[in-house]
Amino acid sequence: MNTFSFSDLLRRPESGAVLGLLFVLVFFVIFGSVEFLKPAGAASWLNVAANLGIVAIPVGLLMISGELDISIGAMIPAGALTVGIISGQFGLPIWVGIAGALGLGVIVGLINGLLVVNTAVPSLIVTLGTLFAVQGLALGFSVLLTGTTSVALSPAESGAIAKALFGQFIGGGFQVTIFWWLLFTAVYVFYVHYSPFGNWLFAMGGDRVSARNAGIPTDKLTITLFVLSSVSAAFVGMCQAILFNVAQVSAGMTFIFNSIISVVVGGVLLTGGFGSVIGIFLGTITFAIVNQGIYFTSFDRNWSSLIIGAMLLLAVLMNNTFRIMALTYSPKKK
Amino acid sequence: MTAAILELRNVNKSFGPIDVLHDISLKVHAGEVLCLLGDNGAGKSTLIKTLAGVYQPTSGELLMDGQPVSFEGPREAQKAGISTVHQFGGTFPLMSIGRSFFIGAEPTKGFWPFKIYDRNKANEIAVKAVQEFGITRIDDGDRLIGGLSGGERQSLAIARAVHFGARVLILDEPTAALGVKQASHVLRIVLEARKRGIAVIFITHQVTHAMAVGDHFAVLIRGAVAANFRKGEKSREEITDLMAGGEAMAALEAAISSHSLASETNPPAA
Repeated sequence: MNTFSFSDLLRRPESGAVLGLLFVLVFFVIFGSVEFLKPAGAASWLNVAANLGIVAIPVGLLMISGELDISIGAMIPAGALTVGIISGQFGLPIWVGIAGALGLGVIVGLINGLLVVNTAVPSLIVTLGTLFAVQGLALGFSVLLTGTTSVALSPAESGAIAKALFGQFIGGGFQVTIFWWLLFTAVYVFYVHYSPFGNWLFAMGGDRVSARNAGIPTDKLTITLFVLSSVSAAFVGMCQAILFNVAQVSAGMTFIFNSIISVVVGGVLLTGGFGSVIGIFLGTITFAIVNQGIYFTSFDRNWSSLIIGAMLLLAVLMNNTFRIMALTYSPKKK
Repeated sequence: MTAAILELRNVNKSFGPIDVLHDISLKVHAGEVLCLLGDNGAGKSTLIKTLAGVYQPTSGELLMDGQPVSFEGPREAQKAGISTVHQFGGTFPLMSIGRSFFIGAEPTKGFWPFKIYDRNKANEIAVKAVQEFGITRIDDGDRLIGGLSGGERQSLAIARAVHFGARVLILDEPTAALGVKQASHVLRIVLEARKRGIAVIFITHQVTHAMAVGDHFAVLIRGAVAANFRKGEKSREEITDLMAGGEAMAALEAAISSHSLASETNPPAA
């Protein structure tokens, strides 16, 4: 029963992500150098992967359940600004700032979730609305309260403990968020793949009405997922503000597309019902390697977008093939 | 005679000014298959939704074991033992057999917050439940639902409902989208459910399938019970006629014959 077989591996949602990751690794070793696998090089793409990954997993879970959240693009700077304004500008304790940032995430997540559940408006439109609304709020309040769109948060204001927990470099270039990312991934893997909660998630993405009839609290689950993605985005923004000692309005929009690319490369079905946390994790690393690996080659930086675009299309096609293999699989007669 | 498991007494249902069900009275006993026949738009769907707790009757009574009941929603009906299996089985194509069998009632081991979904146990119970219904081709709980045939999916859904304690099984057109062989699988499962003392309400417009398993038949026309009879009381032609509304069918036949006469005198242009 538990014998390893290659075809078993291919039927898993993350198989495309594994192949994609191997491909980009080989590609950048050949065209670049093995430098990017050594600590200094690895730090560059691990940092990108960690910040992206913390957001990409909840975004991917929403996609598995059949929803989309693009308001994270505004939630990241909003989280950074909240902690910047509360603790940097007004000098309140850093914990108040952190609580404020995460609290804002809860509120925006609740608004997203409640709107999606209670109206027939697709989540893409709902979160497009909150994306601009939150961006406007962040910009408006930032200028109103501080007179600038970039709020300083000095290390003294952050305090040693918060700095150590959320915003320090370890061993030269590794952001501490890498550890948060690994921790979150482990927690998500457990809840999505080894607890009943994950079962509900996949059922909801497969057929929402049947899932509700089977007694799954679909509305509550949807709202929880939206809160999770908004809070995760606020968390990333908060970490960045503490790390770089400054919170800016502009950083964050790239996260929208980057997280969706990571999730799709990771083997999640856009229409829901299929995917895995490990797949999203690998998809994020793949994306980060392409994004940063280009610096280790002699190619111009701009070519990385071409690689990412081609990789995305390839991933979708490959994932379709793997899914069909999974569907048509039946064990051989013993 | 014992009281019927489920009984409808003079049930009416209207949506605003539109009356959909008129004065429906039906009974179904344990170990009996009631076939609900009717053309599209005859009110079959509204009737089963009323039984399943999705709609509440505008007037009239629903009785279970002789006691009046009213369901606020489908979950209450399910708790009372009324399970509906829809045409496509209400299952999730990209989930494994074991997982979808236990949706909403997952077996777990360990303790909160480390409750683990017990995959082996779920797979084992699911496969056993389906095999007991005679579908021996399903022997791996890790297979995805989407890889099963339509008949197997239906069978899985029925086995699931029975496993979770259904006393009344409402099957909504279970054979409509199936081939002949697949349909016969499903019919065999209907008989198996009946043998276990479950009351089955079988909705179909395929008279052949109804005749094969039904004990008791009711024909719905425009929201009213047009005929209510037991097995062997009517022939297949009579039932088909009834479903199509008798006179309407005769009128159509007349129209066809006059049309063919006309086309004989006016041959189509070459």
